[in-house]
Amino acid sequence: MFHLTREAIDYATLTEAVRSPRCGAVVLFLGTVRDLTGEQVTVFLDYEAYAPMAEKKLAEIEAEVRRRWPVGEVALVHRLGRLAVGEVSVAVAVSCPHRREAFAACQFAIDTLKQLVPIWKRENAPDGRGEWVHQSVSADVACSPAQEQP
Amino acid sequence: MVIRVKLFAAMSELAGSDCVEIELPDGASVAELRRQLAGQWPLIRSLLSRSAIAINHDFADHERILQSTDEVAVIPPVSGG
Repeated sequence: MFHLTREAIDYATLTEAVRSPRCGAVVLFLGTVRDLTGEQVTVFLDYEAYAPMAEKKLAEIEAEVRRRWPVGEVALVHRLGRLAVGEVSVAVAVSCPHRREAFAACQFAIDTLKQLVPIWKRENAPDGRGEWVHQSVSADVACSPAQEQP
Repeated sequence: MVIRVKLFAAMSELAGSDCVEIELPDGASVAELRRQLAGQWPLIRSLLSRSAIAINHDFADHERILQSTDEVAVIPPVSGG
């Protein structure tokens, strides 16, 4: 399951939703809004998505996670809109029979999400200045389909 | 053909709009689209060179031929998570 939301992410409910009797391991990753990037203070972030493409890429990541690992359930949720420091921007929850595969599946899901899903954040400083974050990755990296990611 | 191109984040700020229209010859490729965008909107040129092009919600390579019905978007380096 996956979705984009403008509401606070209920990660307790999400974690509960991926639990399964045949899975002995549940891994939850939360991305939260950090107050400092280097020496730059952030007071809030704005997240924007190209929603239909973001949903398609999230579906592809979910399918790839299920193909590679014996997943019981996997959930990917990304928040959009304005987020204060400390709020949860993304949650990935994965259940598997054993912990090693659950950790690997969760790490792959969040790493691939950060690499491929068309969502952008704008960091807003205390003085009112804001800047979209577009780190220098080559277009070739962005063009790689999820299946080719390590 | 006229192609509508969706823009996001800093790309839309630089262009002053979240969508631009561009006239391209039939059979034009993504590479041609990039040249035309850079030519008509010089302010986006630098970020465009670091951006991908998406067609119908998938990343497209330079050789991909555009159709007038395609949904086209510029995808600057992503920063979700």
